[in-house]
Amino acid sequence: MDILVSQLFTGLSVGSVLLLIALGLTFTFGQMGVINLAHGELIMVGAYSAFVLGGIAGEGASLLVAIPVAFFLAGCLGLVLERLLIRRLYGRPLDTLLVTWGVSLVLQQAARDIFGAPNVNVKSPPWLDGGLVVAGATLPYVRLFILAMVMASVVGIWIYMTRLPAGRRMRAVMANRQLAACSGIATDRVDLRTFFIGSGLAGAAGVALTLLGPVGPTLGTNYIVDAFLVVVAGGLGQLRGAVAAALALGVLSALLEFQTQASLAKVLVFVAVVAFLQVRPQGLVVLRSRALT
Amino acid sequence: MVAIALLAVITAACGAKTGETTAAGGAEEPGVSGDKIKVGILHSLSGTMAISEVSVKDAELLAIEEINAAGGVLGKQLEAVVEDGASDWPTFAEKAQKLISVDEVATVFGGWTSASRKAMLPVFERNKALLWYPVQYEGLEQSPYIFYSGATTNQQIIPGLDYLKSVNKNDIFLVGSDYVFPRTANKEIRAYAGANGMTISGEEYTPLGHTEYSTVINKLKAAKPAAVFNTLNGDSNVAFFKQLKDAGITPADMPVLSVSVAEEEVRGIGPENVAGHLVAWNYYQTTPGEANEKFVAAYKKAYGQDRVTADPIEAGYIQVKLWAAAVEKAGSTNVEKVKAAAGGITLDAPEGKVTIDGETQHIFKTARIGLVESDGQIKEVFASDGPIKPDPYLKGYEWAKGLS
Repeated sequence: MDILVSQLFTGLSVGSVLLLIALGLTFTFGQMGVINLAHGELIMVGAYSAFVLGGIAGEGASLLVAIPVAFFLAGCLGLVLERLLIRRLYGRPLDTLLVTWGVSLVLQQAARDIFGAPNVNVKSPPWLDGGLVVAGATLPYVRLFILAMVMASVVGIWIYMTRLPAGRRMRAVMANRQLAACSGIATDRVDLRTFFIGSGLAGAAGVALTLLGPVGPTLGTNYIVDAFLVVVAGGLGQLRGAVAAALALGVLSALLEFQTQASLAKVLVFVAVVAFLQVRPQGLVVLRSRALT
Repeated sequence: MVAIALLAVITAACGAKTGETTAAGGAEEPGVSGDKIKVGILHSLSGTMAISEVSVKDAELLAIEEINAAGGVLGKQLEAVVEDGASDWPTFAEKAQKLISVDEVATVFGGWTSASRKAMLPVFERNKALLWYPVQYEGLEQSPYIFYSGATTNQQIIPGLDYLKSVNKNDIFLVGSDYVFPRTANKEIRAYAGANGMTISGEEYTPLGHTEYSTVINKLKAAKPAAVFNTLNGDSNVAFFKQLKDAGITPADMPVLSVSVAEEEVRGIGPENVAGHLVAWNYYQTTPGEANEKFVAAYKKAYGQDRVTADPIEAGYIQVKLWAAAVEKAGSTNVEKVKAAAGGITLDAPEGKVTIDGETQHIFKTARIGLVESDGQIKEVFASDGPIKPDPYLKGYEWAKGLS
């Protein structure tokens, strides 16, 4: 019984990590059709900023400080990326793919040059040690924290998109760019904001990932494929879709891994996503509109 | 456009062919050019294995520096050509070929994972060039063109199992990365367990670079073994130990014996996550002896006071010196002459006195089991009675008969 509870919680936890890394990508990919392969490196920037802050401020408070700092730093880096490179390539998805791939290589090497190739250790704060014992299973506080962080992010984004004018403008541009432009919305400003938020979320995800495993220049490459899987399976630009897809993939991979092995589970999850996309190529949640594109 | 593409393809094909057929290792005096001798260093300086391999490269460079300061080899100065295997096994084979045919080095010091060694093995055998491999591995190999300065099975894994048996941890769960070393090592462990009345309550593999260990930890909780035998490599160890501690499993409940976690990896994982667990090696930074004190001081002076020394780092360091001694004895860098001269060479190494076993091309090493402490150093809790003769094919063990 306690193993079942543990495993379900594991699925929830894996799903929450997937959602965290995919949340930002949902918007940049969904909003602007920008295939940002440097998303993983934005996660890495967030993780390294947590490392640097940990060195300066000591562990305890630094985690809570690191999250907004990483959000801001990664967001700014995303803005620079958008301004300098991506805005010249709108409507050219293959070119953005190549360019952002190149940027990701540059960022990885920059991390290697600044911090060294071997991984660095970011200490988790002492108040996250241990776990909550529920029905005989130990739920680590670190994972509960990440779950809470993800829920707060989702709620925050939902509020932004439904209540705030800026968020509604973002939804308008996502639904029908030309009509939104005709209605007087400055689409390039909205794009900037979306990219900032998407990249900032990646940075915050990076801070959360430091609690789980190693921080190194190749941190992003470990997670980028999973991030795209969630985004594509969930439906581009759809918050509900991303949440559903991340949870489904998380629970599926946890259950499969328990029955078989980690390598096999990864393969089976890929197969499941591919099969799902054959049946429903637009993803879980789709925005129905009258646009012809 | 098509013509350019065609030209490029033809040139590439020609280039590849030349690389394949040059047998620079068959040269009279490989690596020697004027008053210098070129040697190759090939390790993962990037990727998931960089956490472990960068420091081995540093140790090999330190040894070369010390040899050069003492006058070099055969009166000539050593020059290192360093290449990055990037934690990608085909890259190791490609760079090895490059070092042999393009740089024409006298020998190559390199590799860490058994996958990288297996990828490089055909390159060295085909070119009749020499590789010195500094890391503990699963045995069942004895290439005529590789010298193994790391532990083989009976110098690390078996003493580790003997120790677990001696402290009555008779039910073991095996956790490893999914490649040749853990898979082969676990076969050997099962054979040992069968012959020694121990049980294996589980065997889990995760891909290299995997960082999500909750499911594996849940399986550990379900099986409740007396001990875990850990053959994870690279970044995975960081995630595993962090998540094991967060799940509330302490070394008292379930001690983990690792064979790929040394002082360098402990630094990356965070000592607070590994303290209290066991490791099996042949050398620790705390190993007593004057040779070790000098080595640790020189290493820290060259690379920083916060750096640590560990078994593969020490093996990388001594294998350069062992090669140099073999070359001096042979009077030449010629591969066949060096191989013939190497047997019996001894060195006052930081791990104690080591001797090259000419027959197996391995070295005699003392097995030491250690306990990780909270400051990141490892304290020896058991040592074998002097250096153990290497037995890569486990010929001395009745239960190992079906293995190779």
